Amino acid sequence: MHELSLCQAIAGVVKPHAAGRRVDVVRVQVGALRQVVPETLSFCWTLVRDHAEMPDAELELELVAAEVACRNCGRQSTIESRWSVFCPVCESADVSVVRGEEFLVTSVDVT
Amino acid sequence: MGRFHRHDDGTAHSHDHGEHEHEHEHEHEHGDHSGYTTGSERIEVLEAIFAENDNRAAVNRDAFDSNGIRALNLMSSPGSGKTTILAATLDALAGEFAVGIVEGDIATDLDAAKLEGRGAQISLLNTSNGFGGECHLDAPMVNRALHGLDLPALDLVVIENVGNLVCPAEFDVGEHAKAMVYSVTEGEDKPQKYPVMFRSVDVVLLNKIDLVPHLDADVATYIARVREVNPSAAVLPVSARTGEGMGAWLDWVRAFASAR
Repeated sequence: MHELSLCQAIAGVVKPHAAGRRVDVVRVQVGALRQVVPETLSFCWTLVRDHAEMPDAELELELVAAEVACRNCGRQSTIESRWSVFCPVCESADVSVVRGEEFLVTSVDVT
Repeated sequence: MGRFHRHDDGTAHSHDHGEHEHEHEHEHEHGDHSGYTTGSERIEVLEAIFAENDNRAAVNRDAFDSNGIRALNLMSSPGSGKTTILAATLDALAGEFAVGIVEGDIATDLDAAKLEGRGAQISLLNTSNGFGGECHLDAPMVNRALHGLDLPALDLVVIENVGNLVCPAEFDVGEHAKAMVYSVTEGEDKPQKYPVMFRSVDVVLLNKIDLVPHLDADVATYIARVREVNPSAAVLPVSARTGEGMGAWLDWVRAFASAR
């Protein structure tokens, strides 16, 4: 729902690194627990990149599965369901998120 | 035979292909015919996309802290009763705390008008940006709204977010705690459907409990569902309309506002 602002934020992160060079690829890591819809993000990017003076920049998304450590049973597991935050072993909600909250620009290709 | 290619960058060249597979196994530089070398360079960035928001949130938090203010981010779905609860809260706390409100609204001043005349300073923040309006408040927006408040005079700032159970949970705006209103008319499955929001908050006001007799609703089930995704939040059943349960909420606010 807020992918347009996220794309503007991505362009804001990229710009100083590009320093005027042409941006060809922007690589973004998205954790499964971020409420980001990859298709929507990709679509919004095609709207934002022109205004951000990087019209050739392709957005490459790397999706990161969510992983939780359970305080109840002590196990660490990958969770399949997109927004679920339960321990899949014992179904406790008393978990800490190990992976899945990433949302960062990892690298850019410039020419 | 060779095949002509035009690449996205406008360069063109030809080369041979295998008979069946169209594979680009070759490595080459694409000249741009301008005489410059145009080899692509990969730059490591590793920068959080929320960094700019989070930096501004820290600025807001510093502004609150240096003025001895406690700030609360109040979120909910549309129509859950945030503004009604806030109005009752302002009436009850008038004279006890000097309160400022940052009122997030996509395009109208309807909520701000409801809160007028209750002793609080109000800074209205319309989020309309030409694309139909933002679905959340972010830290730079709240920062702008803070210029509409006389911060040194305040004890407590309540940031009434845009009604939405998804986006506001993602944006730190510089608050010290997050509260949400969740009304029994929304259905008991919402914590499971919007766990990011429910997990992010310190207190849940379960509103409209005066309607329970008219619904197939059971307050204990609502509380249990919230607990499943957020074991540590305070869950306070209230009715902003009748005032039932509001005492516990007001005590929560008093303790929060006094914890400077």
